[in-house]
Amino acid sequence: MAESQYEVDLGNLMAFDPHHQFVSPPSSREEVVKEAIEQGTKLVQAIADALFSLPSTEDLDGPIVKLPAPTTKLPRAKPLPKPRPPTKWELFAEKKGIQKRKKEKLVFDEQTGTWKRRHGYDRVNDDNDIPIIEAKSTDEPGTDPFAERRKEKKSKVEKQEKNRLQNLKQAAKAGALPSHVQLAATALPITGSQAMPKKVSKDELQNVAGMAAISTASGGKFDKKLPGEKPPKHEKKYRKFLPAVEGSGMGALEKQQTEKVLNQLISKNSHEILNVEKAVNMYNVKREKKQRKQGGQLSTSSKLKANKKSFKKSSKKGSSNKGKSK
Amino acid sequence: MMRIKTPKKGRIKREFEKRAPKLVETGKKTLILHGTKTSSVLNSVLTEIYHLKKDDSVKYSRKNDNIRPFESGGETSLEFFSLKTDCSLFVFGSHSKKRPNNLVIGRTYDHHIYDLIEVGVENFRSMGSFSYDKKLAPQIGSKPFFAFIGEAFESVDELKHLKEILLDLFRGEVVTNLNLAGLDRVYLCTALSPNRIFFSHCALRLKKSGTVVPRMELVEVGPSMDMVVRRHRNPDDSLRKEAMKTAPELKKKKEKNVVKDAIQGKIGKIYIPDQKVGSVPLANKAKGVKRERREAKMKGEGQKPTQKKQKQDAE
Repeated sequence: MAESQYEVDLGNLMAFDPHHQFVSPPSSREEVVKEAIEQGTKLVQAIADALFSLPSTEDLDGPIVKLPAPTTKLPRAKPLPKPRPPTKWELFAEKKGIQKRKKEKLVFDEQTGTWKRRHGYDRVNDDNDIPIIEAKSTDEPGTDPFAERRKEKKSKVEKQEKNRLQNLKQAAKAGALPSHVQLAATALPITGSQAMPKKVSKDELQNVAGMAAISTASGGKFDKKLPGEKPPKHEKKYRKFLPAVEGSGMGALEKQQTEKVLNQLISKNSHEILNVEKAVNMYNVKREKKQRKQGGQLSTSSKLKANKKSFKKSSKKGSSNKGKSK
Repeated sequence: MMRIKTPKKGRIKREFEKRAPKLVETGKKTLILHGTKTSSVLNSVLTEIYHLKKDDSVKYSRKNDNIRPFESGGETSLEFFSLKTDCSLFVFGSHSKKRPNNLVIGRTYDHHIYDLIEVGVENFRSMGSFSYDKKLAPQIGSKPFFAFIGEAFESVDELKHLKEILLDLFRGEVVTNLNLAGLDRVYLCTALSPNRIFFSHCALRLKKSGTVVPRMELVEVGPSMDMVVRRHRNPDDSLRKEAMKTAPELKKKKEKNVVKDAIQGKIGKIYIPDQKVGSVPLANKAKGVKRERREAKMKGEGQKPTQKKQKQDAE
């Protein structure tokens, strides 16, 4: 069979003849073309055989067949879209088992006795339609109930906007922000997952210009300033000199500094800062060494104690040793 | 505070949605552009490729002196153009003494270069130089046939790569419903040697054959050219793996224990677990036992005293 020797990918309408070889090296261009077309016709015929045998439905424009999926795998152009993480409400609804349900767009308005839209212009229970609000005993004098209602509504909208931002932030973290939404901190991706290169801000430009200006021999000191150019920012610390004349406050600073150095020097040799503990330890170690040299027994009782070691601990040690030895 | 920004106009929003990554992708768009210098041959090659793919391609006509796809740093503006025009295929023409009539065909993934192949164009014949019955001229956007001839397309790495790229470049959108009356073009690729192919575009003439399947006849309509493979760069393995991912929802779950037979139709296998007739004891509900005793036994089974563990002597 002719079909069996060709690889046919019906999804791409492609056929591939992996066995064909030119019998003799073609001499002229015409021969090559002729041979190619001859082979191509066979291949196309093989695809057509498979294609026309597919079940077809008759249409006004011609027979329509259902193509199978292509077998040759080709790479995607853009990464797979990531699933949006559930919003806080969705999480809550799932926890409580709240089902989504459709609401009708038109609702019967009892005030006017007509059908009105649920949302938008001329909707049911519109705050703007209420001409009179009855006073209650709890009402504070001097407050406008209409203004209060408007304020309440506004705060609700603001809260919803805050929630929406929070959910979008979560989605942005997961990389699943809707393609048309942009959080102002990030640039809007034109397409795919990449963000548009950021525009350089005025401040950044000024900083760069400042850096360029001070990279001359004089550090930008003698350069001509452009109109509107600000002097470069001083980044380093300013040098400070101690006052030449002695006095109180700043004047005494030099005295303090020299005193500090002197104190350090003196204190190295001073006995006031003797570390008693360390001294005793050193003494003990030296003595032990001496005793070892003499070959004498090591007696714990003769040891000087630097700090209050608890007797309990030592007794415990003793008992445990006992147990082990026996 | 972060601010939510959304496009004010619906048209822009729709444009963004068109460009967003999709689970099932529609056809790839092609960007056609050229470097500093192009020869007249290359100019017409680029124009004719544009004509072949007019419905889903963008052609740039200005010189681009900083695009060198194979060099590092030379791809930046190419990637930017790909981002700007939302194209994930590109055909870049350049002409130099070292590489005359050079055509770089490449693909991008997430607007970064995915792979590249460089071919030299030789023996080019434009569409205009072919004479044929104009009634046969292929329609713009019709689904093409592909015919690849020669074992080099399988054995030689470069040509294997070229085959994949050419298929990606010209196949257009993946369709499920195809009108058989609209088939009118074939791309013919023949391997002449391990680095040279003959590429040609043919129209189809369907002739009556007496059976359901019409007899196909190819009429060369051009352009036709020889492509000599020069340099090529395969995609990274990790990138390739990433780009080959398909939507998880689309994967068909394997149907277990169901076989389809030509004669018997659908056949299912049913497994029944072993009933263990020998080992499992029967429920103790024999009617011969006295009722009280039977109840006592049932009760006893319910609250069987657990055996106390014996203390273990350490000694």
